[in-house]
Amino acid sequence: MDYAFDFALVVETFPILMRGFVVTLELWLPSLAIGLAAGLVLALARLSRSRLLRGGSLVYIELFRDTPVLIQLIWFYYAFPILIGVQLSPFTAALLGLALNSSAYGAEIFRGGIQSIARGQWEGAKALGMRRADVLRRIILPQVFKLMLPAFTNRAVEVAKMSSLASVLSVHELMYQGRLLSSTYYRPFEILTTVAVVYFVLIYPATFLSMTLERRMAGKG
Amino acid sequence: MPDPILPVSIPSVSPVPAAPPILQVSGLHKWFGPLHVLQGIDFSVAAGERVAIIGGSGSGKSTFLRCLNFMEMPTAGRIALDGTPLGRAVGKAAPGKPDEVRYPESELCRVRERVGMVFQQFNLFPHMTVLENAMEGLVTVKRMKKAEARERALRELDKVGLGGKTDVYPGRLSGGQQQRVAIARALAMEPEILLFDEPTSSLDPELVGEVLRVIRQLAEEGRTMLLVTHELGFAYHFATKVIFLADGVFHEVGTPDEVLKHPRQERTRAFLERFTEFSF
Repeated sequence: MDYAFDFALVVETFPILMRGFVVTLELWLPSLAIGLAAGLVLALARLSRSRLLRGGSLVYIELFRDTPVLIQLIWFYYAFPILIGVQLSPFTAALLGLALNSSAYGAEIFRGGIQSIARGQWEGAKALGMRRADVLRRIILPQVFKLMLPAFTNRAVEVAKMSSLASVLSVHELMYQGRLLSSTYYRPFEILTTVAVVYFVLIYPATFLSMTLERRMAGKG
Repeated sequence: MPDPILPVSIPSVSPVPAAPPILQVSGLHKWFGPLHVLQGIDFSVAAGERVAIIGGSGSGKSTFLRCLNFMEMPTAGRIALDGTPLGRAVGKAAPGKPDEVRYPESELCRVRERVGMVFQQFNLFPHMTVLENAMEGLVTVKRMKKAEARERALRELDKVGLGGKTDVYPGRLSGGQQQRVAIARALAMEPEILLFDEPTSSLDPELVGEVLRVIRQLAEEGRTMLLVTHELGFAYHFATKVIFLADGVFHEVGTPDEVLKHPRQERTRAFLERFTEFSF
């Protein structure tokens, strides 16, 4: 192997990558939070007694799950001004796309989780006089969170990596900076390896935290 | 039938003949799809009564009990609490059909607060400790302060002999212990009527006694209870009234002596014989 890895370049460009890192973080955490919250609402709509809510949420979920995320991001950026006359900034369009896409997946995780809780749990709680909303909040969802933690972690990891697609909208996140730097210096190997390491450093603590949580919760119940 | 748990019958505490019924059921029908499980039941229970409901599997005895606190929705018929019919009739679904009755959630919750239930499968909340299980209804439904709820929950757990297991999760307990927690959880709500749906049917034989002993203790306190059970020996000593359910109707109703020792109906006799077939 004759290739000399240019560490000096890595050091030199690192501050720029760090700026991208911050933007990636700003895309990732809010879109995940919004996605999961909206996902819960969608899941409840999917399981509701109203045919309208069930149908509406089903259409929404399938639309977002069955089309490429890349197109969804571009669509929010280019189609919104045409449809409703509002031009979103690239960042907002990307955030919206990622959040709505995660909400569709989150909805399916929540739905699966809620349905996996035995009927007896509903009955045990209702027999005490609890309202449906209280049963969900106090009895069902805490168990769903615990059961579905691995699935949620998976989604979080996916969204972190998916956020790199925002680079096509020129959102100055980590991937964008990486691609820009690698074409500026013609050193894609050094730059993109560093970018990969930074993604790893970003995502690994999340999966580690999730595993720790899982272990701690396994001790109970 | 010898019974180690209840050697003597519990003196019946109240049934004053004129005691007004707490719960009154009239013309109760339940369909599951094409299956006509309950075929017109009239029934009432007054304070201090203890009713044992027996019958073969599929006779509708659990469904009947589960209709009383609306774990199952009656297809037809009305249930009245303290003389007031529950739900609101919204007119006939079709000519010749019975009134359709709608039940607002708040009303169902009020009923369930007063009519507690203990299930065959316990249905404890696995993510909560024993104490939290017993406190849950008090905190969430009765909006009681934590400290107060804790005190009452501890009292009930002590009563069922589990005061030492408060911080344990249900998964660590035996079936008998879990069922006793479930009883404490129901008792904490101070219900006027307690429904037991085959409370010992999913327990290993050696654990049945500890649960029946708790139920006997509640009987001695004069609580109003309905018990669906296959433990005929226990039913004999426990109940003030025994109901033999078959094919969705009350086939025979009477005192334990009448129904279990001197059944008048051929069907009741045949059912009871199956229980004594292998006795020694």
